[in-house]
Amino acid sequence: MISVLTNNWSTLLTGFGNTLLSSVIALVFSLVIGSAFAIMETVPSKVARVIAHTYIEIFRNIPLLVITMFFYVVIPQYVAPMTGFAAGTVGLTLYTSSFIAETVRAGIQAVDIGQMEGARSNGMTYWQAMRYIILPQAFRLVIPPLGNQFINLIKNSSVLAFVAGFDLMYQGDALASATFDTFNTYLVVGVFYLVLTLPLSYYMRHLEKKLV
Amino acid sequence: MSILSQAYTWINLKFLLEGLGVTLEVSLISIVLSFVIGLLLGVIRYVGIKYFSAIVGFIIDIIRNLPLLLIIFFTYFALPKTGLRMSPLSASIAALVVFESAMLAEIVRSGIIAVDPGQMEGARANGMTYWQAMWYIILPQALLKMIPPLVSQFISLIKDTSLATIIVLPELLYRAQIIYGQDTRYMLPMYFMIAVMYFIVCFALSLVAKRMEKKFG
Repeated sequence: MISVLTNNWSTLLTGFGNTLLSSVIALVFSLVIGSAFAIMETVPSKVARVIAHTYIEIFRNIPLLVITMFFYVVIPQYVAPMTGFAAGTVGLTLYTSSFIAETVRAGIQAVDIGQMEGARSNGMTYWQAMRYIILPQAFRLVIPPLGNQFINLIKNSSVLAFVAGFDLMYQGDALASATFDTFNTYLVVGVFYLVLTLPLSYYMRHLEKKLV
Repeated sequence: MSILSQAYTWINLKFLLEGLGVTLEVSLISIVLSFVIGLLLGVIRYVGIKYFSAIVGFIIDIIRNLPLLLIIFFTYFALPKTGLRMSPLSASIAALVVFESAMLAEIVRSGIIAVDPGQMEGARANGMTYWQAMWYIILPQALLKMIPPLVSQFISLIKDTSLATIIVLPELLYRAQIIYGQDTRYMLPMYFMIAVMYFIVCFALSLVAKRMEKKFG
């Protein structure tokens, strides 16, 4: 197991870096997109709610791999060429944004309705109240579930291996097929993932306990 | 239009539907097995048997925090090194069950924690043993609270079966790839069709969950 690591650490580290990079990019964009749709789901306009709801249900109920493969094989055929890394990251972003939207919406709805009423009766517009009163409280509530979404995102980024995204899983698999040492290589890859996900997971559990 | 009629021939659609059958078969077997194992592991983790629960808990945490794809690879490509060789079908089911049991164990544990401790105290005060109280009083209530996260996990499982395409399980995505392998113009129609099939199954399940939640919750 140690020899797999010492002989190939630059390959594995490149993969680790790409996994982290893809996950962070996808996290940032899916937070923005997800929050936008979450707000749309709570506004008074029925059209906005229907659009947001449709978006969320579509991307929640289709496998991430199907979305990713769509961007990798179909989009280049009709629109523009796309690297595996880009296709994977776009797929991850769309898929995760629908879960983040649901999480943030639950957070917004968990904020006491009196907060909005109070802000409005103090002369704030709907959007001012949303921006300064509701969202800050909502985000504090949803930090642990958002953290869990980030853990899922890191794990899910392994779909990049399907589209030659040069992530940790892809590099690990390439090593495994080159050296035939599948057993030890996959163990090492697993340790790399755990370095990211396990501390995050324990920290989120700690935060959850503190919030309750 | 002609591309669509060429792509969606009866033979191709039948081929895809058989794939959907494989997807559902693998999902259903994995759901049943991982539910039973997850329930057991969740209870073990909750009750706190000295050392044993802590070790089980740690293993659950390790598995939960690994990508399912890695577990699938490991089951199909690494385990044969130790002499355990499985068909794509059993390897897919084995990997899904290992991963999902760990995910479900965590849901079960939180479900049990969410039941009012007074329920256990009341049951014990009425003469039930700890395990009687757990089985007849705590678990039924915990299961009701668990319906929404359980069903989302089952939906995830159905979607995750698509990963098994990498170990040539002849499920939906794998068959779509075979069809558009004949003609790349079928790519878009194929991805559209399988997306619709996955969507119908998963969305229907989420609607059932919502109704159950309203009825029992």
